Amino acid sequence: MALTKEQIAQRIARELKQGFYVNLGIGIPTLVANYIPKGMDVVLQSENGLLGMGPFPLEGKEDADLINAGKQTITTVKGSVFFDSAMSFGMIRAGKVNLTVLGAMEVSDTGDIANWKIPGKMVKGMGGAMDLVASARNIIVAMMHTNPKGESKLLPACTLPLTGVRCVKKIVTDLAVLDITNDGFRLLERAPGVTVEEIRAKTAGRLVVAGEIPELQFS
Amino acid sequence: MNKVVAGPDVAVADITDGVTLMLGGFGLCGIPENCIAALARKKVNDLTCISNNAGVDDFGIGLLLQQRQVKKMISSYVGENATFERQLLSGELAVELIPQGTLATRCLAAGYGMPAIYTPAGVGTEVGIGKELRNFDGKEYLLEMAFAADFAIVKAWKGDTMGNLIYRATARNFNPLMAMAGKITIAEVEELVPAGELDPDAIHTPGIYVHRIFEGSGYEKRIEQRTTRRD
Repeated sequence: MALTKEQIAQRIARELKQGFYVNLGIGIPTLVANYIPKGMDVVLQSENGLLGMGPFPLEGKEDADLINAGKQTITTVKGSVFFDSAMSFGMIRAGKVNLTVLGAMEVSDTGDIANWKIPGKMVKGMGGAMDLVASARNIIVAMMHTNPKGESKLLPACTLPLTGVRCVKKIVTDLAVLDITNDGFRLLERAPGVTVEEIRAKTAGRLVVAGEIPELQFS
Repeated sequence: MNKVVAGPDVAVADITDGVTLMLGGFGLCGIPENCIAALARKKVNDLTCISNNAGVDDFGIGLLLQQRQVKKMISSYVGENATFERQLLSGELAVELIPQGTLATRCLAAGYGMPAIYTPAGVGTEVGIGKELRNFDGKEYLLEMAFAADFAIVKAWKGDTMGNLIYRATARNFNPLMAMAGKITIAEVEELVPAGELDPDAIHTPGIYVHRIFEGSGYEKRIEQRTTRRD
């Protein structure tokens, strides 16, 4: 069984540690906020200028001046702080943000990432993605293992315009958890019931499989 | 010292065709609504706009795009605007996409009197093409120049007659950075108070950066993505 988007988020949440400052991208990464372990202090950074992002507001309590980087209305939590966009990317560039989770269209087996532009389609822009991937200390990519056509998104080299080079540290897909090594993708865990052979078949880049690969467990 | 002008039309009166403008805001949050409306009324053309986003079809910078007043946008993300897309594809409009942190820091550099910055954002991508690359401690950085803008137009929550500004929540975003970066900076505020009423410790933008200020009216503060929870 391939993982659901919620399960991908749940798995990524296991990478969180007490005291982490975390930036979550749009899409599956946003769901990680729902799985922060109880009692663990994790502060969410929104790159439009907020530390201490809370959940969506109750209906009727929306504040046009209080949005996240996806332009959604949000709330703040205790201890939150606002700042301008230069300071926001300053703390990212200076490596103060412990973990960045973002989506991708393609990742290469050397850790390059492409997630902002498809030639021939309307270009919307990179927003803060290039700043985040160039500077974040630890980058986890959350994405499907293959694209809607069934083609691998884990490649020997990205075919789409790059967002950043040699920056991705770990990837959690619907089929597997992998990290990036000098020898390519290294398979760490597999989705329940998904075989190493299937993962190998759907990974176009170099894949290192050493020893028994544990199956992901969800309580 | 009194920097108060009567209103948006007076504030933008000397903005002429072909100038470069900075416009504060992130999405539709913290945008100078009154001045954008005044620019639309004034129908100045061939504008180069430095702004993180390009508004939506019928609000924000979208109002200027509708009337084909913009020649070029310098932004990080322009995805919410069909008018923009149409004009870009037809070649009427030029766009320069730059990383959001680079955009912010090029404003900061201008306001701090520094000619350029080094940033790792965009190294190895098409953003880095043609730019000076420099290695510091084993990591590569791009040289990015400070912006030069004829006018910066920003929106603050409160301001005083001397041009000191305070922003509210995430409506701060690019506003204080652009306020520092314009040759002429115009600030519109929700509440204008006499000098001396704002707590000096709480001011985000010192009035030295602000040339004109007025109390805006009729703020719509449109929400782009209204998201709520139940419990």
